[in-house]
Amino acid sequence: MINELTQEKLKDLKLKAIQARQLLIETLTPAGSGHTGGPLGMADIFTAFYFHILNHDPKKPDWEDRDRLILSNGHICPIRYVSMAQSDYFPIDELKTLRKINSRLQGHPHRTALPGVETTSGPLGEGLSQGIGMALARNLDKKDHYIYVLTSDGEHQEGNIWEAAMFAGKLKLKKFIQIIDRNRIQIDGNTEDIMPLDPLKEKYLAFNWNVLEVDGNDIKAFIEAIKKAQELTDKPVFIIANTVPGKGVSFMENNYKWHGITPDGQDVEGAPPKGEQAKKAMEELKTWEEKIKSEQ
Amino acid sequence: MLNQKLKLNTKLFDKDVEVKPTRAGFGTGLVKLGETNPNIVALCADVTGSTQVDKFAEKFPDRYFETGVAEQNMAAIAAGLSASGKIPFISTYATFSPGKNWETIRTTIVYNNAGVKIAGHHTGIMTGTDGATHQATEDIAITRCWPNIEIYVPCDAIEAEKATIASVKTEKPVYLRFSRDKSPIITTSETPFEVGIMQDFWTHDQPQVTIFATGYMLYHALLAAKELEEEGFPTLVINASTVKPLDEEGIMRFTGHTKAVVTVEDHQIMGGLGSAIAEFLAKTNPLPIEFIGLQNTFAESGKPNELIEKYGMGVASIKEAVKKVIKRKST
Repeated sequence: MINELTQEKLKDLKLKAIQARQLLIETLTPAGSGHTGGPLGMADIFTAFYFHILNHDPKKPDWEDRDRLILSNGHICPIRYVSMAQSDYFPIDELKTLRKINSRLQGHPHRTALPGVETTSGPLGEGLSQGIGMALARNLDKKDHYIYVLTSDGEHQEGNIWEAAMFAGKLKLKKFIQIIDRNRIQIDGNTEDIMPLDPLKEKYLAFNWNVLEVDGNDIKAFIEAIKKAQELTDKPVFIIANTVPGKGVSFMENNYKWHGITPDGQDVEGAPPKGEQAKKAMEELKTWEEKIKSEQ
Repeated sequence: MLNQKLKLNTKLFDKDVEVKPTRAGFGTGLVKLGETNPNIVALCADVTGSTQVDKFAEKFPDRYFETGVAEQNMAAIAAGLSASGKIPFISTYATFSPGKNWETIRTTIVYNNAGVKIAGHHTGIMTGTDGATHQATEDIAITRCWPNIEIYVPCDAIEAEKATIASVKTEKPVYLRFSRDKSPIITTSETPFEVGIMQDFWTHDQPQVTIFATGYMLYHALLAAKELEEEGFPTLVINASTVKPLDEEGIMRFTGHTKAVVTVEDHQIMGGLGSAIAEFLAKTNPLPIEFIGLQNTFAESGKPNELIEKYGMGVASIKEAVKKVIKRKST
């Protein structure tokens, strides 16, 4: 049961999401490689999950009755790591170890390295199926938790996704909610240029899913969409979350070139020169944070 | 002579020896597991009859999941089931799983340390008339290179049932290799079976060569050994029913006297049992080795025995390899 979203709580969530973005810049810059656009774009959804939607216990990551949050597009794991650190799964300070030797924070998440990440991911298209497996096990065990699977739009070019979509639709899996990060970019360009996915809604309707669409950078609207999805109990639910990749940093927003690189790693057209990108990004995010704080 | 201590099938060399496909043992083993362990679940990709999963599916319909022709989905669903405490068996032809879905298994099962049991069927050229598309002849090579997995290749239907049941004793992923056509029953219910242990099915006091065989090819190795002994070339024939973990102590013991090896498998000679033994001996005790298997080629449609002869894996070829390795030993 998702708690009521008060004005005070909403403001708190918005601040947490902006702080998450700052932690992302501070984590990704020294890591020196990884993905920036996707994690920034998904900061609001991860904040909503970890601080309002999920039934979970950071001190008991293996608790059997927890809701499962599967990250299929493992390359955006930095935002998951940040949300987990903010939720006290592990110390914030450990974020510095991302992609470094002997770290639990692997470049792509690894189940046995870090409790709470639910599964190993990175190679695309495999998370939806794993979520199905967890839902089947839950049903056999007569348990009641939700399975949420986060996927990306570029990932929908993988055949495995459609195998899984067919399967979940056939079985009319309940309490099974997929959220796609519809940010319309992938490494080589815009998704609709590389390999078009639209009409995506119609595709999922044809695969026997319920479909909702929401602004994935609007925390309040996203939580309402999840509540609505929980009421649709006849079939699995597909939520198209339209997000702005790079959200919060003006020179990264909607630019696919920021999909697979980190701040200060290279010069990018339209961005401050290498060496000033992280600083500028932090300035913009601090300004945004102050603005939210001053709002009534 | 056949090792009496192992209580092998005394009718092994009779013309009317009982024959059964190893996959039959998988089918019965899976049902037995289902009866005793409620966490056993099975998945199949549209080939329940030929992989013998149908018996489990009929008896435990709630614990059986049909994925349709979708091997990646099958593997990753199984990984999710395993992450939630189930012990899944996934079954289809080995060219598709672990072939087609290799990376899915690598990431979601093996690296993820999900205890899924992967049953690969229709392995080797023994698959016969379906042709090379359906003859899995690289499956040991592509699974053996993974850390954290065990590989069992039973020699007959009885051992196949034992191997299937033994596969849940470890929490690790396991690859189980089965074949399609009927092959002679070599063992009995009383024959010992233990994962990671090689056993000398054919023994001699003064053997000249050690033959390591895996799967149903063990029968052909035993036939060759019988004829060789009559011709004055005594050998040991070892049942290598576990390819990984490799029984290194057993290999040392069984080659200590012979100092010459022939490996026999229905698989490409690259990356299979022969390679595993050669890698081990090269670093511990280099010996001359001859490799019986598919020699860097695809096979074709045909009856299993015709193919085995044409592709140099039959009794005559094994005998020839033994004589050749004896000569190499003395020069």
